[in-house]
Amino acid sequence: MGTAIAVRDLRKSYGHLEAVRGVDLEVHEGEIFAFLGPNGAGKTTTVEILEGYRQRTSGQVEVLGADPSKSTPAWRSRIGVVLQTCQVWSLLTVRESLELHAGYYPLPRDVDQTMALAGLSDQADQRAGKLSGGQQRRLDVALALIGDPELLFLDEPTTGFDPAARRSAWDVVASLGELGKTVFLTTHYMDEAQHLADRVAIIKDGRIVAQGKPAELAGGDRVTTTIAFRLPGGVGVGELPVEIAGLAVEHGAMDQAGRIQVASRQPVRHLAELCRWALERGVELEGLEALRPTLEDVYLGLTTEPRT
Amino acid sequence: MSAARLVWHQYRYDQRTFWREPAAVFFTVALPLIFLFIFVSIFGNEPIEAGGKEIAGATYYVPGILALAIVSATTVNLAITMTSLRERGTLKRVRSTPLPPWVFMAGRLLTALAVSVLMVVLVTLIGRLVYGVGLPARTLPGLVLTVFVGTAACCCLGFALTAIIPSENAAPAVTNALVLPLYFFSGIFIPNEDIPRGMQIVGDVFPVKHLFQALLAAFNPLTKGTAIEGVHLLVLAGWGLAGLLVATRTFRWSPHSS
Repeated sequence: MGTAIAVRDLRKSYGHLEAVRGVDLEVHEGEIFAFLGPNGAGKTTTVEILEGYRQRTSGQVEVLGADPSKSTPAWRSRIGVVLQTCQVWSLLTVRESLELHAGYYPLPRDVDQTMALAGLSDQADQRAGKLSGGQQRRLDVALALIGDPELLFLDEPTTGFDPAARRSAWDVVASLGELGKTVFLTTHYMDEAQHLADRVAIIKDGRIVAQGKPAELAGGDRVTTTIAFRLPGGVGVGELPVEIAGLAVEHGAMDQAGRIQVASRQPVRHLAELCRWALERGVELEGLEALRPTLEDVYLGLTTEPRT
Repeated sequence: MSAARLVWHQYRYDQRTFWREPAAVFFTVALPLIFLFIFVSIFGNEPIEAGGKEIAGATYYVPGILALAIVSATTVNLAITMTSLRERGTLKRVRSTPLPPWVFMAGRLLTALAVSVLMVVLVTLIGRLVYGVGLPARTLPGLVLTVFVGTAACCCLGFALTAIIPSENAAPAVTNALVLPLYFFSGIFIPNEDIPRGMQIVGDVFPVKHLFQALLAAFNPLTKGTAIEGVHLLVLAGWGLAGLLVATRTFRWSPHSS
């Protein structure tokens, strides 16, 4: 598998402010890569350097084997870009917009097929300015695809979407992966990254704080499973099996639903013990749940300032 | 696609876009014709001084309105639409495609030229059929050259203005604040002889008056020769070059908001 994007020690300063402070990234060909981070973390700056819009202060950047700061039309014909905020040609119809952009590329995709892929076949003859927000965004994706690029940059492609529109946008992105495209996606929706991405990187204060497969990040060795349940009135934590009671006390507070939380690294054994105890005592454990940490928990853990 | 075909491709879609913008069509196509009707109705029967001799009022206003239509189709229209495209992120988007930037500009310039030529034909025809204003055949080279040089120069100034205007809202205000007084100072609405000397001098500095004077020479029945107005054309070209310099040095593709 080749490398689509290679970044070494990328830095970008605006005056005295260093927005990007030594970022290393590697994105493989054919991969859906999610780039996560809070606003102001250096996400957009990094992406715009990769797209060739901004000049870096220092570091090495290679995108499809070339330096994006010296981009040529031939290089630009191999990438597709969906910007965070962008209005498409509001006075042209969907079909006209795609025909216009198809003319820019040496080997464009078929216009009808691309409209179908973006779910816009029914809007083919509607003016872009009259489309809904979600449809405009899909037209934007279709315009990025019309040149049949190898690499696609999607900057927060579903921000402001309703849940149904997000799902259908996810389907489009997933089908890009199936076409063998490399996708570089920025988002601040963790479920989006978890659902779509082969690998993710999290940026905070201009540095990468975590990089890897979503499942690995969410389920690494150091990660614990939370067992949550409610005890009936009159039964105290002290009456639980000693080990579980110890973990519960160690873990501290109750969750928002008023449940006891037990942080367990051996969830199967602890669950079995807890259930055996409950059956022996004839106690109902209301709201019993075993929760694996999500990418969101990892993300919040890494990007939120610790409370002091 | 070859460069010429790419320019043609871009031009076809720009042309469609222009005709779908009601405000642009009104201000560029309809309003000059309305102005022509108004000014000829009010002042058309009085003789007006041009080049030291008196000509019919209508003969004075046909090239005047033509100058206004060309400025509107080029400088005004480009500054407003390009600022809007830039601030909405459309230009930034285009920059990520393999389309060479100059092709995009050339498509816009061709669109402005096509609209200018259409207005020349329309205003000349109306002048001839409704107001009896003739266009001497011998001055045709002057007219054609002036339309081409004027359109190119005023397009460059439109691109330069786009580079200076910060926001979409400011675009119509800034362009009209510049252009409307110049129409007055250049003798397009009110004949030069009735304008205070100071205003005339201001008009002399800017390109609108030179465009008008070169067009007036083509329509003036007293003009001898081809009406190729070297001095006026040079001033126009100079302004165009200055605009081109400002535009190529300061034009931005990304919105100011980003």
